[in-house]
Amino acid sequence: MSDFNGEFWPVYITVITVASILACAVLLWALSTRRVAIPGKADVTGHVWDEDLEEYNNPLPRWWIWLFYITIVFGVAYLALYPGLVTYPGLLKWSSGGEHDADQAKARETYQPLYAKFAAMSIPDLARDPQAREIGQRLFLNNCAQCHASDARGGKGFPNLADKKWLYGGDPDTIVATITDGRSGIMPAWGTIVGDEGTKNLTNYVISLSGGAHDELRAAYGKELFAANCVACHGADGRGNPALGAPNLTDKTWLYGGGSATIAETIGKGRNGVMPAWGEFLGAEKIHLLAGFVWGLSNVQ
Amino acid sequence: MQEEGTYNYKVVRQFAIVTVIWGIVGMTVGVLLATQLMFPDLTYGIPWLSYGRLRPLHTNAVIFAFGGSALFATSYYVVQRTCHARLFCDRLAAFTFWGWQAVIVAAAITLPLGMTTSHEYAELEWPIDILITLVWVAYAVVFFGTIAKRKVAHIYVANWFFGAYILTIALLHIVNSAEVPVSLWKSYYVYAGAQDAMIQWWYGHNAVGFFLTAGFLGMMYYFVPKQAGRPIYSYRLSVVHFWALIFTYMWAGPHHLHYTALPDWTQSIGMIFSLILLAPSWGGMINGIMTLSGAWHKLRTDPILKFLITSLSFYGMSTFEGPMMSIKTVNSLSHYTDWTIGHVHSGALGWVAMISVGSLYYMIPRLYGRIEMFSMRLVTLHFWIATTGVVLYIAAMWIAGVMQGLMWRAVNVDGTLTYTFVESVKATYPFYAIRLLGGLMFLSGMFIMAYNTWKTVQGAKPVDAPVLAPAGAHA
Repeated sequence: MSDFNGEFWPVYITVITVASILACAVLLWALSTRRVAIPGKADVTGHVWDEDLEEYNNPLPRWWIWLFYITIVFGVAYLALYPGLVTYPGLLKWSSGGEHDADQAKARETYQPLYAKFAAMSIPDLARDPQAREIGQRLFLNNCAQCHASDARGGKGFPNLADKKWLYGGDPDTIVATITDGRSGIMPAWGTIVGDEGTKNLTNYVISLSGGAHDELRAAYGKELFAANCVACHGADGRGNPALGAPNLTDKTWLYGGGSATIAETIGKGRNGVMPAWGEFLGAEKIHLLAGFVWGLSNVQ
Repeated sequence: MQEEGTYNYKVVRQFAIVTVIWGIVGMTVGVLLATQLMFPDLTYGIPWLSYGRLRPLHTNAVIFAFGGSALFATSYYVVQRTCHARLFCDRLAAFTFWGWQAVIVAAAITLPLGMTTSHEYAELEWPIDILITLVWVAYAVVFFGTIAKRKVAHIYVANWFFGAYILTIALLHIVNSAEVPVSLWKSYYVYAGAQDAMIQWWYGHNAVGFFLTAGFLGMMYYFVPKQAGRPIYSYRLSVVHFWALIFTYMWAGPHHLHYTALPDWTQSIGMIFSLILLAPSWGGMINGIMTLSGAWHKLRTDPILKFLITSLSFYGMSTFEGPMMSIKTVNSLSHYTDWTIGHVHSGALGWVAMISVGSLYYMIPRLYGRIEMFSMRLVTLHFWIATTGVVLYIAAMWIAGVMQGLMWRAVNVDGTLTYTFVESVKATYPFYAIRLLGGLMFLSGMFIMAYNTWKTVQGAKPVDAPVLAPAGAHA
């Protein structure tokens, strides 16, 4: 379907809009000017249906006529002042985009001094500043808690931010980079490559890395598969690689769960973890405060 | 001919009885949904009982199964009696009954299975859309066929509204259902983006305007004067408000899309026509309520009139509320909150359901050769339990909605939001409980009605009343 561009559509819509409003006014005027009788004593129209259905022809109630006219006048005035007749912008030159920009500019002006003060502080300093932490926490609760939870301890597929374990690194600059540009944590699906047996063997080997109960023989086979397929990201020792966001498999911390069925699913079907990029939405100053709060979760107290 | 000498009450009876049944079904699903909002894990693990699939089942069941059957029943009853002619083509009328029931059953199966077009209030997939079209065309032929063979010169005002509703729903359904099928149970709309949203709400709001308003005003224009035993208050008021309503309703849809990607001019037009709608809507309420002047005392004793007049009061209330909510600044507070849910239900329960119930209580005994319902005391009980239920429901949702709107926009001195979303959910919890209670009460009323209907028709002989000769002066 095409947009309403060109010469014709704006004229067409304007004419119909204005004509419809005028038609309401004319209809109301035509049927309200001729007064017939005293209200309540008007005669019936003379039509009868179904034995006893009749109609009085009382005049329209005065207050109702005025209510109707007022809404019509309001409509006409609104169309004169605001954009409504397609290409005509209205006397006030208002637009929702303009209102949004004005609101944003006003907010910037109001809050700029506060954020400028914090922008000059280092992230470790922010983490120890009560007011900065408070702002950071509010930003976190409204933007991050949906995935990372209100206590920042995450959930299945969403990292815990309150421990000392980091997928991409926990230094202040890396935290800022993660929030600003987002992350894509992709584990490829190995099921079709290594097969069902291979997946089981790999699962047993991965469990063995963190000392969990496993089948020795399968783990031995799994170790060979691991060396051939997994070391590029997870490293020869399985300790992962923060540059790629590849998790450490030798600790007891699991992003998607450490049960054998879940690990088999992770290996067989892969995972696709996404941290959205907040740079444009929040802006550098808010991200700076947010990073202070997140860094403080595992570094202060 | 023997047949031509009587009214076709059979199809009216069929639709009247299923109205009660579908009312119970649709509202039971509503109560389940209200419970799920309080206890999200209630039906955990069963996909076809999940909120997302049951919600369209609830809306389709109450609007099209309950409301639709009530409209079929009353429009068939009214058009025959006010045209002094038997319904046109019995077989086609029978097709509309069985066809409409097939649509309802198909909806009850496909929606829980997750088959949906995603257009609100039009979720049914393309094969069902085609069946709806066939039934609707048959309905129009039966209705206008009966108008054509009327024995009186003037068309009664109730039939203007029924006629407008039938024609407009045909137009809305066809335009809004322009889909490209990709398999038997999957299709895609030909519209995309903001235009798709606009088509959806052009349809959606006119479903409110013509299905849930014009159709039920047709009901009002027959059953209120009949039950009150008084002439309609003002013929000229019906002329003005009918044409003004038809003129302006078509434009109101964009008020559902304020502050979205829809162009500003479209939003403005939606808003001003919604405001202009206030007076035409109230015209119907005035005409109904003022019809009672000179017979106000009947309200004390007649529970059917209580239903009819109370429904008009709710109609007046929600058609005041609607234009107010369409104002952009009000909408910026009310949009996406439970206020909208409260508004819808003050219309759906207070107006649509209560006028249907009142009309059915008038009609059912007459269809079965009885003077009145089995128990008028139970009708009175139904009235009070339903009215209390609606008031609890909408008051809870108003408070919850305004509270949510205020919480979502509250800002701290540092520019951050004062409340998180989950805090507003938590604060809404008690109001969800009150809403559930209100819904349960309304549903209980429907069970009382079902019992009363059962006792009324049990052992009764269905009658087909003889076609009346038009009044002499007028033949």
